Amino acid sequence: MAEVKKIATRDSYGAALIELGKQHDDLVVLDADLAAATKTGVFKKEFPDRHFDCGIAEANMMCVAAGMSTMGLVPFASSFAMFAAGRAFEQVRNSIGYPHLNVKIGGTHGGISVGEDGASHQCCEDFALMRSIPGMTIICPADDVEARAAVKAAYEMDGPVYLRFGRLAIPVFHSEDYDFQVGKGEILKDGTDVAIIANGLLTYEAIKAGEELAATGINAMIINMATIKPIDEELVVEAAKKCGKIITCEEHSIIGGLGEAVCSVLSEKCPTPVRRIGVNDEFGHSGPAMELLKQFGLTSDHIVEVAKDFCGK
Amino acid sequence: MTASELKQLKIAACKVRMGVIESTHGAKAGHPGGSLSAAEIFTYLYFKEMNIDPKNPKWEGRDRFVLSKGHTAPGLYAALAERGFFPVEDLPTLRHIDSYLQGHPNMNLVPGVDMSTGSLGQGISVAVGMALAAKHTGKENRVYSLLGDGEIEEGQVWEAFMSAAHYKLDNLCVIVDNNGLQIDGPVAQVMSPYPIVDKLAAFGFKVQAIDGHDFDAIEKAFNQAKETKGAPSAIVITSTKGKGVSYMENQCGWHGKAPNDEEYEVAMAELRAQLAELEAM
Repeated sequence: MAEVKKIATRDSYGAALIELGKQHDDLVVLDADLAAATKTGVFKKEFPDRHFDCGIAEANMMCVAAGMSTMGLVPFASSFAMFAAGRAFEQVRNSIGYPHLNVKIGGTHGGISVGEDGASHQCCEDFALMRSIPGMTIICPADDVEARAAVKAAYEMDGPVYLRFGRLAIPVFHSEDYDFQVGKGEILKDGTDVAIIANGLLTYEAIKAGEELAATGINAMIINMATIKPIDEELVVEAAKKCGKIITCEEHSIIGGLGEAVCSVLSEKCPTPVRRIGVNDEFGHSGPAMELLKQFGLTSDHIVEVAKDFCGK
Repeated sequence: MTASELKQLKIAACKVRMGVIESTHGAKAGHPGGSLSAAEIFTYLYFKEMNIDPKNPKWEGRDRFVLSKGHTAPGLYAALAERGFFPVEDLPTLRHIDSYLQGHPNMNLVPGVDMSTGSLGQGISVAVGMALAAKHTGKENRVYSLLGDGEIEEGQVWEAFMSAAHYKLDNLCVIVDNNGLQIDGPVAQVMSPYPIVDKLAAFGFKVQAIDGHDFDAIEKAFNQAKETKGAPSAIVITSTKGKGVSYMENQCGWHGKAPNDEEYEVAMAELRAQLAELEAM
């Protein structure tokens, strides 16, 4: 595969906020002393009066965002996934989710690819936490193009949205004319032997795995499932019927994330064997991101291995 | 305020208290204690202070009220109903299945409720966000938030206070109901929040301490708050939990318990007597 451009989706978040900010005066950004890392700092530079630093106080920030939304503004409340979804969970649940307010939450530094900071900052639970909140839309984009489109889509829809971004620069594989739609999965490659459903940085790994599997005679269907909630049930069932085997891939605990969302659909609508690739029921640790991803099996090589075993090859 | 105005406010406060008793009795649950201690505050806010329109509860130009101590919903509901946001007759449906009068305020169900609250410590942060948004957009809305003295044990409250002062939210007025009691006992014994006034001042608020049942003092304090520029205002009221119903006054046990049929009759008889006395004035 040819060398591709790499961009961290947190950078896409900052860039998208600026673009949207130019068009919409009601868009405001909140951060909790992490503007340099979440990349909302670039928005702050462009629109200093529309960026509100809430200090190291995420619980307050989420509710401040809720209050701002009731006054007609569209706040993007930003922090690391760990603190946005984790620390402020109950604020998001009660002050944003329950009243179904128009607040967008940008959780950056999701997953173990945070790297050297270690387990305290490697959030692998945010999908699970956010999925449990009624009415919450959850999007984990797979590359720069999709991340920017997701931020725009989040702005344009009414209601709470949790957006998950990564720290690590990852390949950009979508073309600029990609039509992202909330709640719709994307078939990247058709196939009949096994369907690989991925999101975030695992999507590109799934694409690579699909190519490697083709060389071994396994025709894998590759699906990018950026929206975890509401999940594209139709596509999940279609893939299950077509392939009879599903592999899910996510940079998240295998508990409560994409894998379980897919299993929930299938167990009721089309019982199908599923293998879940993700962070097993354990914490991460410090290390370079690429080495961690390898160690935790979040690579195309591991997907290929699982798919071969699953297909009996 | 004129004698006639004062009389009308006192009558309204008495009716709010009756609404608290009607609703908690109807619910066979709920929180009368802290609703009664704040009856004058609810009344003053909705009958005098706030720029609102009961016929147009979502009017954008209205002032906002966030009941951070959301469990005292019976007090807020009674004031809203008395002010004409919805029928007083609905109050006894509080907490009933399918009633819009949820145990804690729901902004999407109850006309006049500006924010869903109930989880302590969050409402004040929401109020900060409202005030910040009003400032940011150059609007004149004022924002009011009522907290309990037990509630301010929540750490988030102090995050909110810090941010209110940081952003110089002089359109925000916080009221702390210092009735001295929380579920497990006196606040001073459970987890002392004292000195409340000094702490708020240290956090950058212009603080006033008043008797929470004295309408003249309440009016003076709210007027003073409106004149304050460059800093948020706080009014710490000293109040009596359960005020107006003799057997509930200063009793921890009436924090979150409804009167039974017999107790209901006693409470209503007392309040009816107070009302008759006020009306005869």
